[in-house]
This record gives sequence, C-alpha cells and structure tokens, in this order.
Amino acid sequence: MSTQIILSQADSRPIYAQIMDEISRRVALGDWAPGYRLPSIRELAAELKVSVITVKRAYLELERAGVIVTRQGRGSFVSESMDVDDVRQEELERAMEQAVRLGEAMGLGHDDLAALLEQYTRNDRR
Amino acid sequence: MNAIHCENVTKRYPHFDLKDVDLTLPEGSVMGFVGPNGAGKSTTLRIIMGLVHQDAGRVTVLGHDMPAGQVAAKWNIGFVSEDMRLYGHRTIGFHLDFLRRIYPGWDDGYAAELLSRFELNPDQKVKGLSHGQRVKAALLTVFARKPKLLVFDEPTTGLDPVARKVILEEMMRVMEAEDRSILFSSHNTLDVEQISDHITFINQGSIVASDDKETFLDSWRRLRLVVGDRYRLPDMSGLIEVQRSGHQIVLTLAGYSDALQEKLTASGAAINEVQRLTLEEIFIASVESSRQPPHAAAAGSAPSMEGAAA
Repeated sequence: MSTQIILSQADSRPIYAQIMDEISRRVALGDWAPGYRLPSIRELAAELKVSVITVKRAYLELERAGVIVTRQGRGSFVSESMDVDDVRQEELERAMEQAVRLGEAMGLGHDDLAALLEQYTRNDRR
Repeated sequence: MNAIHCENVTKRYPHFDLKDVDLTLPEGSVMGFVGPNGAGKSTTLRIIMGLVHQDAGRVTVLGHDMPAGQVAAKWNIGFVSEDMRLYGHRTIGFHLDFLRRIYPGWDDGYAAELLSRFELNPDQKVKGLSHGQRVKAALLTVFARKPKLLVFDEPTTGLDPVARKVILEEMMRVMEAEDRSILFSSHNTLDVEQISDHITFINQGSIVASDDKETFLDSWRRLRLVVGDRYRLPDMSGLIEVQRSGHQIVLTLAGYSDALQEKLTASGAAINEVQRLTLEEIFIASVESSRQPPHAAAAGSAPSMEGAAA
C-alpha cells in the first residue's frame, strides 16, 4: 500500500513536520477516516526513503496532538475520538498564516489582505 | 542490542592517527559517517570489518570481538568499498552464481529483482561496465545475501542522481526489518541527512560529534540579532560562530533551546530570525570550528565568549 505522500527537499520545514502535515491533511479531508490503520513506521520510512527516526518522530508528535493513536504491537490508527473539525481548523489556520506571511513579504498591509479575503469569499458564494 | 560498538579505538600510522574513536550503532538503525577526505572514515570502517587491526581499544560487531571474531562475524556482514573488485573478465551472472553457492542466506528471487531495479544485464562482463553499473553490481552481490549488517564505504560517490535514488531506496528497504543495520560513509550530506537515524562526524582522526539525527538537526540554529551600540553577548555554551557587522550579529549555535532565546532577549538583543541548518552547513561549521582554537572561531566578538564545539 502506498500513501502517495510526497516530500520536498526545497521545503524549509523539517521532514518530520512535512510528514505530520501530509498525514493531518489526509485526516482533515476525511481520506483517512477515524480508525484507519496507518502504515508501520518502517513501512513508511521505506516508502518515503527517509530515516526511521524521522517517521517515528512524526508519529510521536501526531500522537501527542491527538491525531493518531498507537496500540502496542498492533500499529497506529487515526484517532476515533479525534474531532475532524479541530484538525480542519488547524489546517485552515496554517493556510491563513501562510497567506499572511506571503502577503507581508509582498508588502501587503492588513487592509489589502482583508480586501483579498473579501473578494475570495464573494467568489465562493457565487 | 548494538550492531556495532567501538570504544577508545586507536590506530597509529606514520602520518595519521585515529584517536579514541567511540561509536555505537544500535540494531535496526542506519548511521551516516561523514568527514572530509583523509579524516579516517575508511580506516574506521576497515577496523570495524577486522581488515585493519587497531592498536588499542575494543571493537564489537554483531556480538563478536574484532578482529579476533571476524571470521564468524563476516557471514552476517556485507561490506562494499571502492577498492572492492569484481572479476573483469567474468559476467555479473558468474559472480551471482559463485556467491549463491557460498552464502546460505542468498536470495535468488531478490537478486533477480535487484538486477531489474538496478538495470543490470547479468550477461555483461564486469570490464565493460560503467562506474555506476559497477557500484550497483557490487552492492547487489551484498544486498542479495541479506546480511544483518551492511557496511558501505562511499556507496553513492560518483553516481548520478537516479542511481543514487535507487540505492537509497534499496537501503531503506533493508530497514523494514527491525534487526538489520547499516553503517555507511559519504561525502554527500544530503544522502546522509535523508536516510540516517544516527550521524557521526569525523575530522583529523577524531570523532567531532555523534548523535541521533533529529536531536542533532534540532540543536543547531542560526540566529540573526539586531543589537545596540554597546551590546555584549551573554555567555553561552555551544556557540560555534559569531559574525558581527554594525548592529547585526549572526550566531551559529550547537546548543539551541527556548531558554537560550529568552536569555538573548533579556540581554537586549532583538531576535530577527531563527533558522534551521542543513546537515551540510552543520558539517562545515563543525569541521571549521574544530580546526581553529575557540577564540579564533569567535573572532570579532566579545572576549567573554566560549567557543565550544559540538
């Protein structure tokens, strides 16, 4: 089974954080439903060609964030008790943050960004 | 259990000394061994293989003391180095047939799979192979034996990116088993950063740093500070480099923590940016700072600073 997770060397985020985001996104989109069994750490390491320790760290931090649970000897699963809306909220906040940072780099002020947001939400409502 | 354990290993040559090398590779993990040319990487690997005998210190590989236990240990070790030669006038297939008869763990199906993944033709003679094909053929003869420990000296040097990817892929496939381990040396810090669980830096015959990769990459940072006219940096450990120009200071640190960030803010510096470093940048900074006395490394900065290397 392949996860189709793609990592980028040009991304400034560390690899473990990229893996966390990729998994969180699948959970947020509902593609990996609560109870879904994740590949084992060693399987995912082999698939992504990254060190076991890096995948282990991503799983540990996802566990801490409540996105996945690991049952000794049985593997890791998308948490049943997790609120998908929470994960979506985080995903949204991450996207907003990125948009704001990009805007700042372009010299856009608060009003410019607000106007853009207004424009996009209006387009969506159409 | 450890796949490899070296303690205070020393070897003296007329023009080079390997000094007090300590190195531990836990079973089920990959260690990347990084160092400049002539740093002692190959010597260390040869001592681990029992090919060179240490003058002092203890080496244990898969539970066998080296060099005394090398015959027993070698059934379960696959070693590939640049000077390993296959017979030029024989085909790749000849080598595979030969090794199949020697090694009980030889996996014919896997060897066939590797031939196709590595795009090698078993009927081709070794002397007609390109450098990349030759390296892939040598690695194939070791992978197909399925040994518990793989020791590769510069496996990806001189290979194109596609061949490198195929080899890293195969190394990571080995790691699906929890009881197999890999030690490999490389100049390619990108390869090392990608697949290693542990990283060891060696320079001028001494281990400069050895740690698990996540801890290692996490502890190094570059900080950009903006400071006032009479600003003095507070004392801190793990300071590798200080570059000051006007009201800006760029610090390279090996012991980064949130507490340190608070300390700098309390000292009156504004922290403009905190950047992570790539393994390549960390490697270069460690080697350069281990070559210079601490104060020279921190030239241009306040005299109270300690320039501890990692």
